[in-house]
Amino acid sequence: MLIRRGAEIPESLVTPKSVYVNRRKFLAAGAALIGAGAPPLSGATRLGPLVKSPFSTDEKPTPYRDVTTYNNFYEFGTQKNQPAELAKNFKTIPWTISVEGAVAKPRVYDLDAVLKMAPLEERIYRHRCVEGWSIVVPWIGFPLNALIKQVEPTSKAKFVAFQTLYDPKQMPAGKWAGIPLPYVEGLRMDEAMHPLALLSVGMYGEILPNQNGAPVRLVIPWKYGFKSIKSIVRIKFVEKQPPSTWNLQNSREYGFYSNVNPAVDHPRWSQATERRLGEFFKRKTLLFNGYGDQVAGLYAGMDLKKYY
Amino acid sequence: MRRLKPLVFLLCLAPLLWLLWKGWRQDLGANPIEFITHATGDWTLRFLVITLSITPLRKLSGIGQFIVFRRMLGLFAFFYGCLHFTTYIWLDKFFDFPEMLKDVGKRPFITAGFTGFALMIPLAITSTAGWIRRLGGKRWQLLHRLVYISALAGVVHYYWLVKSDVRLPLLYGAMVLLLLSYRLAVTVRRTRRLPASARLS
Repeated sequence: MLIRRGAEIPESLVTPKSVYVNRRKFLAAGAALIGAGAPPLSGATRLGPLVKSPFSTDEKPTPYRDVTTYNNFYEFGTQKNQPAELAKNFKTIPWTISVEGAVAKPRVYDLDAVLKMAPLEERIYRHRCVEGWSIVVPWIGFPLNALIKQVEPTSKAKFVAFQTLYDPKQMPAGKWAGIPLPYVEGLRMDEAMHPLALLSVGMYGEILPNQNGAPVRLVIPWKYGFKSIKSIVRIKFVEKQPPSTWNLQNSREYGFYSNVNPAVDHPRWSQATERRLGEFFKRKTLLFNGYGDQVAGLYAGMDLKKYY
Repeated sequence: MRRLKPLVFLLCLAPLLWLLWKGWRQDLGANPIEFITHATGDWTLRFLVITLSITPLRKLSGIGQFIVFRRMLGLFAFFYGCLHFTTYIWLDKFFDFPEMLKDVGKRPFITAGFTGFALMIPLAITSTAGWIRRLGGKRWQLLHRLVYISALAGVVHYYWLVKSDVRLPLLYGAMVLLLLSYRLAVTVRRTRRLPASARLS
């Protein structure tokens, strides 16, 4: 029997998905960045050149697909697979971050200014969610303290408050999140100044995917993931401890500090172990997520059970 | 109706086959064990709701024959409950029994889930015709009312485990409450219709 295959397109003419997906992003990114000075973007959505960081772990990064399809970003749905879908058309260009409060030089930064603030580093960090799973992510960014130094905090700046964009039009799922929005987080000044605290603009060599907190997010590797606030629009320096969203939602379960601590259980589940995505067996959770050598000093003399 | 039983049986197996198919295709997402835990838990609760719907369905539709599915549906609730429980003791706790006992005592949502599951065990055992005969219809029926508590415990288990979005647990809760209040309404009406002397006895 004759099987006709005449109408098939030769393999060489088919555009690989990665190319056309990136082309869309490229068009969007290009529109904003052209004319805005030399962006540190080398390719379509790739970021570079990147400085390697001594803070990086040599553990194997979690597959990109897992990190981008398993997200907690309640503005885009409370199921893990929802943000990848519902944040697809999230508009991150143009984007501004207002830095204000107890600082000598308050300023509204556009994204380009953020990207040029400091040399971009690649930092491979462990990331531990309060729910008991963990990932290893090659983040791209620079120390948060680079931004803090630019705006010159005054003596009244004891804490830093962060706020995520809340645009109900773009985030209709937000009304079912069950948490007060806009999402807010906070750090003590010395925590924010710590060299491990990262202001991130990308991961896996590229700009941040929307579901991972594009275009700018925080990464605090020794704290539970929810402290690493996404899609930041406001940074405010304040005198008193600022509110944080999960603490507002349930203060018994989520403290302001929320340092990773296997000895302090979440009231509803144990924090002693975690499941690294991609692994079958659970592994033991480490105090401060394994960053104790660097950060334990911040909490010297503090009762970590009381200040959970 | 009885002829449809094999078909309903296969339909009840579909969620398991779907799960196995997804597993085979490596399509269970970034956290497969969590996916399996949630899927088997969801289907336990769904089958409990379906089982509880049979009596109202029979009475409201007037088609008493629906009764031929009830035992099978109830046993499927237990079956998915077993899968859910096995996922927990094996893939979550890795047979660390002291740790599990601590969980059952310390974590209210585990306590609720465990209660709901444990109450289904005697019901599954006594689901045979022989056991109905041995216990006698009245006592058997009384025992099997434990399924009401099982379903409520399942809903509470779900409600206590979610972090903030309680829409689904509330939906299941509403369905279970609706199905239970139907029974309550029927009982109340029946008691009212009886003469006072019978009510006293």
